Amino acid sequence: MSAKGLADKVRDTQVWKSIFRHGPPNNSRNRAAVVAGNVFLHLHPIKLKKSGVQLGYTWCMGGLTFFIFLALTVTGVLLMFYYRPTAEYAFNDIIALREHVPLGIMREIHRWGAHAMVITVWLHMYRVFMTGSYKPPREFNWGVGVILLVLTMLLSFTGYLLPWDQLAIWAITVGSNMAKATPFAGHGGPGAALAQIGDFVMVSDKNDVRFQLLAGRFVGEPALLRFYILHCVFIPLVVGVLIAVHFWRVRKDGGISAPL
Amino acid sequence: MKHFINIIADPIFSFPIFSLLFFAMIKWYRVVGTKKFAWIFLAISVPVTVWFLADPQFIKIILWPDNIPINILVILIVFLTWFPLYKAAENDKRLEQGLEPVEALPENREKVWAWPNLVYTELFAIIAGTIFLVVWAIIFKAPLEEPANPTWAPNPAKAPWYFLGLQEMLVYFDPWMAGVVLPGLIVVGLIAIPYLDTNPKGNGYYCFQDRKFAITGFLYGWLVLWIYLIIVGTFLRGPNWTFYGPFEYWDFHKVVAEYNVNLSEFLWLKWLNTSMPKNIFVREALGIALTFAYLIGLPFISLKTKFGKDLLEKVGTMRYYIVIFLVISMGSLPIKMVLRWLFSLKYIVALPEIELNL
Ligand code: HEM
Repeated sequence: MSAKGLADKVRDTQVWKSIFRHGPPNNSRNRAAVVAGNVFLHLHPIKLKKSGVQLGYTWCMGGLTFFIFLALTVTGVLLMFYYRPTAEYAFNDIIALREHVPLGIMREIHRWGAHAMVITVWLHMYRVFMTGSYKPPREFNWGVGVILLVLTMLLSFTGYLLPWDQLAIWAITVGSNMAKATPFAGHGGPGAALAQIGDFVMVSDKNDVRFQLLAGRFVGEPALLRFYILHCVFIPLVVGVLIAVHFWRVRKDGGISAPL
Repeated sequence: MKHFINIIADPIFSFPIFSLLFFAMIKWYRVVGTKKFAWIFLAISVPVTVWFLADPQFIKIILWPDNIPINILVILIVFLTWFPLYKAAENDKRLEQGLEPVEALPENREKVWAWPNLVYTELFAIIAGTIFLVVWAIIFKAPLEEPANPTWAPNPAKAPWYFLGLQEMLVYFDPWMAGVVLPGLIVVGLIAIPYLDTNPKGNGYYCFQDRKFAITGFLYGWLVLWIYLIIVGTFLRGPNWTFYGPFEYWDFHKVVAEYNVNLSEFLWLKWLNTSMPKNIFVREALGIALTFAYLIGLPFISLKTKFGKDLLEKVGTMRYYIVIFLVISMGSLPIKMVLRWLFSLKYIVALPEIELNL
């Protein structure tokens, strides 16, 4: 049987038809149906301006950011099978991951992917700026994007601590020390000394923003747990929701921008 | 030659050089934004890069696995700085001739089916992205150092690379500025851009002429104050955050004598030749006055210039002050850098008593 004949046969089975409710996308009706009838593809418009698919216009950076986010989710879940966020186990689990897991490049993909996502999200913002796509009616979606940018960096930052090696805790120490200097809210920041009633110090190293971030006065085990939960659960959930809003708004604001 | 490069890579020289190159690029964007320029640039930069890579010290820093992303970023940015300028130069020429921008041509406005045009492109991007990540992961092992040891800090202790611009700012500002206020202003300022930029032109196509101020301001912040500082913080800062040239060995014993002086010390000890006043606010009065003059006086002074008048007229009072405030905040970094280099100035306002140093 020829390949085409086989394909037609497969398309004719009850199983295939139960999954894909339309014929092959080689005419207008079916091309519309394939995009509108699939939960993943229906993020797309059925037809769009040509510039929206041109690499020279979008640089594909938003799409790549989303792809990397998904790749990080998958590899991250795999890593979670092997990793325990405690001072006793964390480092050894990473070693074990490297030495005992066959074909172990999940940690590599996850780490380099995290770096790559920071890069693509920056370049995406840069592209959106250069094409003036933040201008009305897309002001709000630009704002959603900026929050996504910050969250992407925080995702990467919280993940940086998890290997629990020297690189990790000292990088996070340097980073979180900045929180100490928050005006009024960090114990080493301007104004904190003013928040004092008699002997009672309102902003101290035991309750300031850095303490809330690290669950302690230094990067220790409580900080590891806190960063783990932020990294694996909280921030990805927020990012997921915001990406949904972002994509929805790209559509509702008239698709990829083009001259008015 | 290497010695010379080691010297001019120091921010004291490389920052002004880089800034000047940036403004030259903006001024002559139509020359830069041509294919000819790109080829000449490539023809020069490839051999230069190869020559750099032949140096053992340089290649060691470059190939440190956690630095690979920055190398990729730098290469992408070089291209992606040229590319929009190229597109903009093309469109600007068309607009001058009274034509529509390329993006508005009928063949680009034409509607195409998402299936297959978009979906296949995405599929290709997914495959290419996967291959890229897998190859990268196979070539470079994720680094893992000694187990965490809270009692022994490595030197230098660096934040992740994407925060190294902020860490580099710590040379010039205290953490409350470099780590909290300035990053906060960056985020707020970015979100505010669409509400401040009321210019309807350049929406949905590349251009430069009609968005000169917006593009120049954004690009200066992005390329010079963000990317350049990350490069310095990553490649040129060694133990104790001391400067090391690209070919210089990171010698732990390199001592750089630095005696930085506060403005108030200049005033009372040097110029007035007396002792420092007891009252801390009297002591810092000059710095505080200058800071207020900078923050509040400058917006009024700029109203006297043509630029300020035009801006006020275009965007209205409220937006005018916010724009100027953001520009002034951004400008505070290069100003502080230059003051440091020229006068070894430490703080303009030094109030360590309440942790407020500026
Ligand atoms: C997790 C981060 C992000 C993801 C996954 C994402 C994804 C996307 C995608 C897939 C598009 C479609 C067009 C394209 O690919 O360029 C898009 C468009 C857009 N994005 Fe993002 N984005 C993110 C972050 C940002 C950031 C940081 C900004 C700006 C600050 C931003 C602002 C916009 C705007 C204004 C559009 C509409 C562009 C147009 O109509 O030309 N996004 N985004």
